[in-house]
Amino acid sequence: MSCDFTRTVLHGYLDGELDATGAAEFERHLESCRECTTALGAEESLRSSLQRSGLYEGAPVGLRKKIRAGLDAATAPPDAIRIPAWRWLAVAASILLVASVSWFAWLRPARDSAASAPFTAAEIIDAHVRSLQPGHLTDVASSDNQTVKPWFNGKLAFVPPVKDFADEGFSLVGGRLDVLGGQNVAALVYSRRKHFINVFVLPTREPDTPIHPPGLRQGYQWRHWRRQGMEYCAVSDVSDSDLYELAQLLYQ
Amino acid sequence: MSGSDQGKGPDVLDAQDRARFEQLVLPHLDAAFNLARWILKSRAECEDVAQEAMLRAYRFFRGFHGGDARAWLLQIVRNTCYTWLEKNRPVELMTEFDEELHPQPSTSPEALAIAGDNRERLTRALETLPPRFREVLVLRELEGCSYKEIAAITAIPIGTVMSALARARQRLQSALTHSPQEASREL
Repeated sequence: MSCDFTRTVLHGYLDGELDATGAAEFERHLESCRECTTALGAEESLRSSLQRSGLYEGAPVGLRKKIRAGLDAATAPPDAIRIPAWRWLAVAASILLVASVSWFAWLRPARDSAASAPFTAAEIIDAHVRSLQPGHLTDVASSDNQTVKPWFNGKLAFVPPVKDFADEGFSLVGGRLDVLGGQNVAALVYSRRKHFINVFVLPTREPDTPIHPPGLRQGYQWRHWRRQGMEYCAVSDVSDSDLYELAQLLYQ
Repeated sequence: MSGSDQGKGPDVLDAQDRARFEQLVLPHLDAAFNLARWILKSRAECEDVAQEAMLRAYRFFRGFHGGDARAWLLQIVRNTCYTWLEKNRPVELMTEFDEELHPQPSTSPEALAIAGDNRERLTRALETLPPRFREVLVLRELEGCSYKEIAAITAIPIGTVMSALARARQRLQSALTHSPQEASREL
């Protein structure tokens, strides 16, 4: 008495997994097979019970927290300090070499040590990547520096210099508040041929530096420098020559 | 062992991996928890196992090359659950897939509707099924997975997902329409 279709094809039909021909064939079969008709009704009823009964159990809130903590523990600590550290150490070393020539200069290089960098490369890259996620790029979107600059008033304890370099090929897209190394910073966003460049700005008491050699990590480059009481870090996936060009414009 | 989640050794992950994981995999935590809860039949244990599975997924995240992140994660959750069962409740895994379908008169839709209306009863009935039956039902009916996804998650060949579901549904129907008392009397 039992129909072969009841045990197999009926389920493919119920789940919408039969192709058009198979489904049409089964529907023709249903017209003449009482067993399949009854069985299909039973399966549909069972399905609706399963789906209506609130059997789905989502994760408790606490679990999400625990997992996030576990993820943090399994993520390599930002080895970023290391990267700029050796770069800057190299710079310091060469300065040291030159310095050995003269007593006076010998006393200075320690001041420019890498340890004074207030944030890490990983933080810079993270902030950049996060900014590229939908809706995160700017808090104030404008190409007008007279709109972007006053926007920071009252939001930061310093006034970041905001300039548009559209004529040079770097259009100002807007500005954003961000946090780097535990400090509130201004992020200025420029675009260069559909690529975005974040320039992070924060105050510093350290003396001016030249534009440091580029750092590279995960396909992103950054340039760091200090100028007139401000610490700058420009980061992007544009070529280093583009990045350097923007850094020079900002440095002026 | 279904190799795709653990090809090479674990990687050292950095902040960018972390951000990608947060974006692609973490949103499926509810699905992970729900699957673990139904395979293990216990909320208390499934919390630990879901957490372990999630961290395991993270360690092998570099082996995930795009595609269906939910199916990829659920496969790891399932493997973690079975490893846990093997260690802690091996008896449950001894019930093999029953290849034979016991022909029985179809239950009437009305009788099923009444039986299925009771959440407690439905839960108990599901929990009497062997894990391999329960998981395909949960993936299909609660998680809404396609046959292709079910095949990927459970390592059942795609051609047999349909019959696996057919058997699981039949088992559930009989579990539902036989109350525990009746079942024990029959024995």
